[in-house]
Amino acid sequence: MRIVVSGIGTVSAIGLNVLETLHAFAGKKSGLKPLSLFESEHKGKLPVGEVKADNRMLAEMLDIHPGKTISRTALLGMLAAQEAYNDAFLPYRKNEGLRIGFISGTSVGGMDLSEHFYADYLQSPTKGRLRQVVSHDCGDSTEKIAFSLGISDYVSTVSTACSSGANAIIAGARLIKHNFLDCVIVGGTDALCRFTLNGFASLKIVDEQPCRPFDESRQGLNPGEGAGYIVLEKDTNRYPQSYGYILAGANICEAFHQTASSPEGEGALLAMQTALQNADLQAGQIDYINLHGTGTPNNDLAEGNAVRKLFGATPPSLSSTKAYTGHTLGACGGIEAVFSLLAIKYGLVLPNLNFTNPIAEHGLIPETEYREHRKIKTVMSNSFGFGGNMSSLIFSAV
Amino acid sequence: MHFINELKTHIIEELNLEELTPDEMDIDAPLFGNEGLGLDSIDVLELILILEKYYGLKVGTPEEGKQIFRSVRTIADYITANQPQ
Amino acid sequence: MKETVYITGASSINPLSLQEPDYKLYITDPAARRRMSRAVKMGVTAALQCLSGAGEMPGAIITATGLGCLSDTEKFLRNLIENKEELLNPTPFIQSTFNTVGSQIAMLTKNRAYNNTYVHRGISFENALLDGMMMLAGGEAENVLVGSYEELTATSFDIQSRLGFFRKGGKSGEGAQFFLLSAKEKSPCILRDLAFAFRPAPDELPEKTAAFLLKNKLLKTDIDMLISGDGGNEEEFTCYDKIEKNFPETPVVKYKHLTGDYQTVSSFALWLGVQIMGKADSPKRILIYNHFRNINHTFILLENSLHHTI
Repeated sequence: MRIVVSGIGTVSAIGLNVLETLHAFAGKKSGLKPLSLFESEHKGKLPVGEVKADNRMLAEMLDIHPGKTISRTALLGMLAAQEAYNDAFLPYRKNEGLRIGFISGTSVGGMDLSEHFYADYLQSPTKGRLRQVVSHDCGDSTEKIAFSLGISDYVSTVSTACSSGANAIIAGARLIKHNFLDCVIVGGTDALCRFTLNGFASLKIVDEQPCRPFDESRQGLNPGEGAGYIVLEKDTNRYPQSYGYILAGANICEAFHQTASSPEGEGALLAMQTALQNADLQAGQIDYINLHGTGTPNNDLAEGNAVRKLFGATPPSLSSTKAYTGHTLGACGGIEAVFSLLAIKYGLVLPNLNFTNPIAEHGLIPETEYREHRKIKTVMSNSFGFGGNMSSLIFSAV
Repeated sequence: MHFINELKTHIIEELNLEELTPDEMDIDAPLFGNEGLGLDSIDVLELILILEKYYGLKVGTPEEGKQIFRSVRTIADYITANQPQ
Repeated sequence: MKETVYITGASSINPLSLQEPDYKLYITDPAARRRMSRAVKMGVTAALQCLSGAGEMPGAIITATGLGCLSDTEKFLRNLIENKEELLNPTPFIQSTFNTVGSQIAMLTKNRAYNNTYVHRGISFENALLDGMMMLAGGEAENVLVGSYEELTATSFDIQSRLGFFRKGGKSGEGAQFFLLSAKEKSPCILRDLAFAFRPAPDELPEKTAAFLLKNKLLKTDIDMLISGDGGNEEEFTCYDKIEKNFPETPVVKYKHLTGDYQTVSSFALWLGVQIMGKADSPKRILIYNHFRNINHTFILLENSLHHTI
């Protein structure tokens, strides 16, 4: 049995849905803008990948009463997950008796609300609005999204930092393979908040200019936000359309350092090798790699070195889409899975913005022009996180 | 010596080197690498914070920091050389 | 699931112990230890204790937690607020991620295998168990390490109190439990199956139980012991009462009056089950039932391999 992708949905700095996203790619329009979403020392200065809708607008789009306290992580997740759910025609397939699950990856859950609670709580333990802290845990956004889709057969949340979304996809595929579910919506969601923004700033891996993935002059990443989900189902289901198959995923731990990758890229290499092995493919069969490519000196050096080791002198077409969206943390595995499937479905070459000179150590040159109608059959998507949690997914055309 | 001891105390506290006392800390021992304290890239960031927080000194990049943070003595020398009078 | 899953190792750090273990004995590298919060030390130590008797490296490390590394999360938030986003120490941020325990276990044991962290409220641990069981069933690994950690902080206690959790007899708690599951090596305790129910009405519970047993070709009378999550919280009593009344002849074991309640407390129930299965006069089958705030309900079925017929 194969596992097919029958629906996709995404929201990020470059679009509130798949169509807007496609337009942004075609027009090479980056979503990076100086922070405006909330009060912060970085406001108006640091370029970030904000979704161009505030919570009130998101609630309106979702038909939610604006007075309700819902974390932005949940709102973004609902928007993308509903798009994917509708895309697979699932609202019209209730009579098929499918066991449907929902697995979401997130790195900070409802922190966008709980950081407000905590500021008041620090003044006095009796202060702080409780409704801003009850959604702190990662499961809250997942349950709200699942509820909005009417899913109750299986609900789960994965959190492995920046590979959360990719690992949710791997977990979901396993549940279908083992016939625990017939269909599962998988991916990730994360909202920008002061906690993560300052976390990355404290690590000195944030670029005060728009990020330059895989460029020699890169200085760091730009934090972003968004959500991306895909619908996986058994290919024996009566699905109305398909974007491709998920052939394999690999989840490994580099076991090297809590935040850094080994410069040689051992973990990235192991993740990509394992994914190829699980998919029963040779390196030469990959047509496009959607790199993790955050723009930090460490990641792009390590990931590039690994790509060189695995693919040799003539690597496949590759690019990082982080200069469009910023680094969407726990969501990026889901969002970039959507991008990878779009690349397959429409034969798109997704450009790597802000690239001028290759990194001396590996000399990889990513795609810089947008092109359509290329033959892209097999795509690899990388997502790497703190703690050495590194994952690689492989999708292929049907 | 008071200044050196104070610096050592800041390092021990901020880097959570709980099992070390200022006296045990060799002023010339390398802070990084296997033969020294074995500090890593996160410690560089914390040492930059110490210079900023307690001595009002700004170190531009972690790369610059690595030169300064070879040992307690090199840090002390840097502080003395750059301290506003 | 086709493959028989044995629980070949189990460890627990729980409020019953008079004192916490001496973490230095387990996490011997001071450089590794110095950045670890209590939650991380507790989780990592429980995992290392569990692995200490094991011959082979696990083919997967799967961790569960409801609230993760709370004290580091709070520390970074407090710094951020008090220092107005300037001069922030990155360490508590790094350590605050939910996968810190899982990745520290990997780092300390130099294990590059599959590594995942489940963080879904009262079913985080069961999600992790299910993932591990499927990896064994699919031949993706021969043994897997599955466990959970949860820490109680003054803030989380305050919040629970303000939310009224203690008003009707709820108790807060913390702890870490880890298990080694094997498809190859045998042990007295078989992890036979598990099931989830999301927001069922209390009246639906007997039917859900029967369906779970039927799936495993069992009748109610085949269950020799029930480990119930009832811990004296009146607001959560109805569902436990339904299940307990459903097994009128079966001895019931309870534990939350000792451990308190927390998102991943069912891992303690499993640990208890493993201990009981290791005794000479152990029951044939144990059913573990738990629910979290009446929303996430789970069943875990254990079987004694000495009685097991193939």
